[in-house]
Amino acid sequence: MNPADLQQLIDFSYIAAVIGFILALKWLNSPATAMRGVLIGEIASAVAVVATLFDPQVTQYKWVLIALIIGAGVGVPLGMVKMTAVPQRTALSHAFGAMSAALIGIAEYFVGTPHISKFEMAEIGLEVVIGSLTFTGSIIAAGKLQEILPQRPITYKGQNIVSLTTLAAAVVIIGILVLHPEYTHLFEAMVVVALVFGIMLVTPIGGADMPTVISLLNSYAGFSAALLGFVLNSKVLVVAGALDGASGFILSVIMCKAMNRSFTNVLFGAFGQVQASATKAGEERTVRSASAEDAAGILGSASKVVIAPGYGMAVAQAQHKVRELYDALTKRGVDVKFAIHPVAGRMPGHMNVLLAEADIPYDKLVEMDEINGDFPQTDVALIIGANDVTNPAAREDKGSPIYGMPILDVDKARTVMVIKRSMAAGFAGIDNPLYYMDKTLMLFGDAKNFVGAIVRELSGSHG
Amino acid sequence: MPADFISSLFVFILAAFLGFELIKRVSPLLHTPLMSLTNALDAIVVVAAIIIAGRHETKFSTILGLIAVAASFSNMVGGFLITDRMLHMFRTAKAKKP
Repeated sequence: MNPADLQQLIDFSYIAAVIGFILALKWLNSPATAMRGVLIGEIASAVAVVATLFDPQVTQYKWVLIALIIGAGVGVPLGMVKMTAVPQRTALSHAFGAMSAALIGIAEYFVGTPHISKFEMAEIGLEVVIGSLTFTGSIIAAGKLQEILPQRPITYKGQNIVSLTTLAAAVVIIGILVLHPEYTHLFEAMVVVALVFGIMLVTPIGGADMPTVISLLNSYAGFSAALLGFVLNSKVLVVAGALDGASGFILSVIMCKAMNRSFTNVLFGAFGQVQASATKAGEERTVRSASAEDAAGILGSASKVVIAPGYGMAVAQAQHKVRELYDALTKRGVDVKFAIHPVAGRMPGHMNVLLAEADIPYDKLVEMDEINGDFPQTDVALIIGANDVTNPAAREDKGSPIYGMPILDVDKARTVMVIKRSMAAGFAGIDNPLYYMDKTLMLFGDAKNFVGAIVRELSGSHG
Repeated sequence: MPADFISSLFVFILAAFLGFELIKRVSPLLHTPLMSLTNALDAIVVVAAIIIAGRHETKFSTILGLIAVAASFSNMVGGFLITDRMLHMFRTAKAKKP
C-alpha cells in the first residue's frame, strides 16, 4: 500500500475510534446498556492502537511492543483491585494519564527546539504545565486515599500566597519561553514549578473533599490530553480529551453543588478552603444509645427502612454485612431502600459501587432528591458511617459551616438509628444535632460488627 | 493563528459540548464507572506516545515516549477492565434470581 493510502486508512480508523468513544458514553446513560458502551469503547481503542502501529513514522517496534507489554502488565492488576480501592486507583490513573500527556509534550519540545514557533511554544507550555501539576496532584490524592499520607488537610499560614505565587511563576515562565523558546533550562524549571504546584494544590485538601478533587483532577487530565491534541494536531486526542475533560468538569460541578460550594471554588480546586472548626461551647447533651437487640427489634417490626451509608461503611468494609441485613429484612417483608448522597464516600458514585459489589440490586439505590420525599413515611432511617450529609444543621442553622448544603432528610423519619464508633466529632469537627433528637438511637460500635450483630438478632428471633 | 489550531479548536468545542450533553444523561448510579471509562478512553494518548517512541528521533524523546506508552496503555487496559467488572455488579433484583 502506498504511504498516502495508508495514512488515509489510519485517519479513518481514528474517525471510527471517535465514533466508538461517543457511543460508549451515550450507552453509559443506563446500567442496562452500559456493558455495550464498554465493549464499543474497547473496540474503538483497539482499532486506533493497531492502526497507529502501521503508521510509517513508527520505525522502531521492539521497544514500543515491550512498553505495551509492560503497560498491560501494570494495567491488569490495576484493573483487578478490590472495589474498596477504586478511589485511589482512579486517582493513580489520572496521574498516569496526565504524566503521559506531559512526557509527550516534553519530548515534542526537545525534539522541536529551537525550531518552535511562538504559538506552538504557548501550546506546549500550557499542556506540559497542566499535565505536570495534574500528575503530582493526583499522586498526592492517591496517597491520601490509600492513607499513606494523612487525610486531614495540611495547611500553614500564608499558604494561598505561596501557592498562587508558584502558579504565577509557571505562567511567567511560559511567557518568557514564548518569547525565547531557545531557553531550554527555563523549560525544565517550568516543569519543576508545575510539579511543585500540583503538590501544593492537593496537600491542603481534606479527605471529605476528595469527591470534588478527584473529579477536578479527572477534568485536568482530560484537558491536558486535549491540549496535547492541539500540539500534535491530532483530532482523536482533542475529542477524547474534550470528552474526558467535560466529564470530570460536570462531576466537579455536581460534587460542588452537593457540598454547597461555589463555581469558582470548583475551578480553583477548593483552593485553600478553610475548614471551619466547631467553636461550640462544650455543653453536654444526652443521647440515647441502644443495643443490637433493641435495634433488631425495631427494624424487624418496621415496614419501611431507609439505609443511608457513608464513608464509614467503606472504611469498616461493612457493605457485605449490610447486604445480609438487607436480605434479612427483605425476607420479613420490610421495604428496604438505600439513600445515596452525591458526596457520600471518597469519589462520585462510591457508595453505589460498594453496594452493587455486595450484590444489592441497583434499583434499591436511590438518589438524594428522589428519596428525600420518602423520609416522612419511613419507619426507620439507619445511618451507617455517614455524618455531615445527614446533619440537619445544614438546613436550619445559619451559623453552621455546612449551612445550605443539601442533605438527606433522615431526621424526618419516625425513628433514626445511627451506627457510629463514638460521639467524637466528625472529620470537619461539626456537631450533628441529629444525634440529640428524641427519636434518635445511637448504636455505638464498628459498623461491620454492629450490623452483623443486628443480623444475628434478626435471624435468631425469626427462627 | 495557524489553521491547524483553528480546526482543532472547532473539534474541541464541538466535542466538549457533545460531552456535556452525553454525560449529563449518565445516571449518578454509574458515576464511578463513568470516571474509569472516560479514563480508559482518554488513554488514547497512547497513539501519540507510540509515534513519539517509534519515530526514534533522539534517545531522550524515545525514552519519554516509551514511558508514556507504558503508562497510558496501562490506563487503557486497567480502565476498561475495572469498568467492565464494576458494571457486571450492577444488576436488578429480578436479574439476580436465576
